[in-house]
Amino acid sequence: MTRRGFEVVIEWGLFLCALLSIGTTVGIIGVLTAETIGFLEEVPILEFVFGTEWTPLFAMPHFGVLPLIMGTVLVSTIAMLVALPMGLLTAIYLSEYSSEGLRRVVKPVLELLAGIPTVVYGYFALLFVTPLLQQFIPSLSGFNALGPGIVMGIMILPLVSSLAEDAMRGVPRGLREGSYALGATRMQTSLRVVVPAAFSGITAAFILAISRAIGETMIVAIAAGQQPRLTFDPTVPVETMTAYIVQISLGDTPQGTLEYRTIFAVGMLLFIGTFGLNIVSTWLRERYREEYA
Amino acid sequence: MSGAAPLTFEGEGASRIAWRRRFDVLFQVVALLVMVVALICLGTLLWDVISDGSGRLSWQFITGFSSRRASQAGIWHALTGSLFVIIVTAVLAVPVGVAAAIYLEEYGGRSVVARIIELNITNLAAVPSIIYGLLGLGLFVRMMGMGRSVLAGAATLALLVLPVVILSTREALRAVPRSLREGSYALGATQWQTIWHQVLPVAAPGIMTGLILALSRAIGETAPLITIGAVTFATFAPDSVWSPFTVLPIQIFNWVSRPQTDFHANAAAGILVLVALLLSMNAAAIWLRDRYQKRGLA
Repeated sequence: MTRRGFEVVIEWGLFLCALLSIGTTVGIIGVLTAETIGFLEEVPILEFVFGTEWTPLFAMPHFGVLPLIMGTVLVSTIAMLVALPMGLLTAIYLSEYSSEGLRRVVKPVLELLAGIPTVVYGYFALLFVTPLLQQFIPSLSGFNALGPGIVMGIMILPLVSSLAEDAMRGVPRGLREGSYALGATRMQTSLRVVVPAAFSGITAAFILAISRAIGETMIVAIAAGQQPRLTFDPTVPVETMTAYIVQISLGDTPQGTLEYRTIFAVGMLLFIGTFGLNIVSTWLRERYREEYA
Repeated sequence: MSGAAPLTFEGEGASRIAWRRRFDVLFQVVALLVMVVALICLGTLLWDVISDGSGRLSWQFITGFSSRRASQAGIWHALTGSLFVIIVTAVLAVPVGVAAAIYLEEYGGRSVVARIIELNITNLAAVPSIIYGLLGLGLFVRMMGMGRSVLAGAATLALLVLPVVILSTREALRAVPRSLREGSYALGATQWQTIWHQVLPVAAPGIMTGLILALSRAIGETAPLITIGAVTFATFAPDSVWSPFTVLPIQIFNWVSRPQTDFHANAAAGILVLVALLLSMNAAAIWLRDRYQKRGLA
């Protein structure tokens, strides 16, 4: 083969490897769509999306997905109440106040926190945080939304702080110096100049955090219970979309049955939600990159 | 700013400025406290697992097989399963991921297709891992007929870590100075010769660091492997890529889910082994990164 021909073959080979990532997306959408269509042939879409009872394994099955969505929203909301304010404050401290030495110690520790497998956080939620909370809230059930929600918040905090800090460090020094020159304190500069200037980056971090919470699986599968119910009460067992998929996967559900298809239908909703949020987040991050490029 | 000499004002303005300063200090303390709380959480987590699990950790625990009795159960099958799956995952994901990164960084340029692929990779990196499990179940386990085997599990994890591998490899390639490429072209080398003989050797430590970190993420994954149907009670270590298997995180999940507290101690001991494995992988990555930076190429 000529040298030129060899170069072309290599380039095409590399290109095909890069194309595999598109293949992954197509594969996900294809598999989820195929099984979801099979599911919707037997269950009307309105019953699936607006039904308030989720009992697919009962003799008289109901396929209303709202209780699973509610479980996911409830746990994610608790997680965000922990992760967003704490993550943002940590980011502000690291970016605007901290000495370089402290930053260099804290950042790797936070990265470590982010690298711990989620099954470990599940253990922590079920066997440490929930018993601890029960000391203060005696009515708290052994499986509940509160404990896993808080632990999930702690797990997601490093993601928020690290992305938000990146966004804030991208704000030009000149803006800060202008603010100081006008006599503003560091807090005023942080909250009224840096945070607004980094707004799209911080929002992107927040959205990615929400997407992460919605898709988080093991913490809720271990510590939140397996009882789909339509409630805002964080002290009782609930079931999230992800926990349901795990529950069915652990059983011996034969292929082609309606129960087997439910996990793909639920997965489809999960994918639409998180992929949508990811796209918004990416778009926002691109925007702040352009702002101060 | 903090270094400036304090200005003096009188009357209403003075007290407002004093208030502002107090708020500033208060805010700083609150932000510091929040960060400390986050770090304390990490400490508590580690302390809790160590105090629960260290008593159960023994050579017998590491080399023992599953048992219905907590005190006799071990993790050998799960540990070997994890290592086996990770090795196959690496074999599948590394060549493809590195090749894709080379394309995007060295060839793709600003073409529309490269741009779409890039955006797609960023979004894929944030898709929940359980979705990859459903893809693996539908595609590898059912359609391709791999069954609930090591190969199906590894293929699923390979797709999962691919975006991470591509993103980190691209960063390593970007750190290679342009002058190196230009020097190579000036001597008459083709693009591929330049990449193969000049760029890749220089970027290798950086690429390796990223690969280790990506694989350390895969080794802790539980949800996608449960979804494709990895067994939760294995009595044998896997001996081929077609064997059924379990992995350490699934074994831990299985033990945590049991009501008996004896099994919870097993779960904690299993976590200690898993975290030790992860930390040593991370340490290897950091060691590589340091060596790389000392050579002055960063």
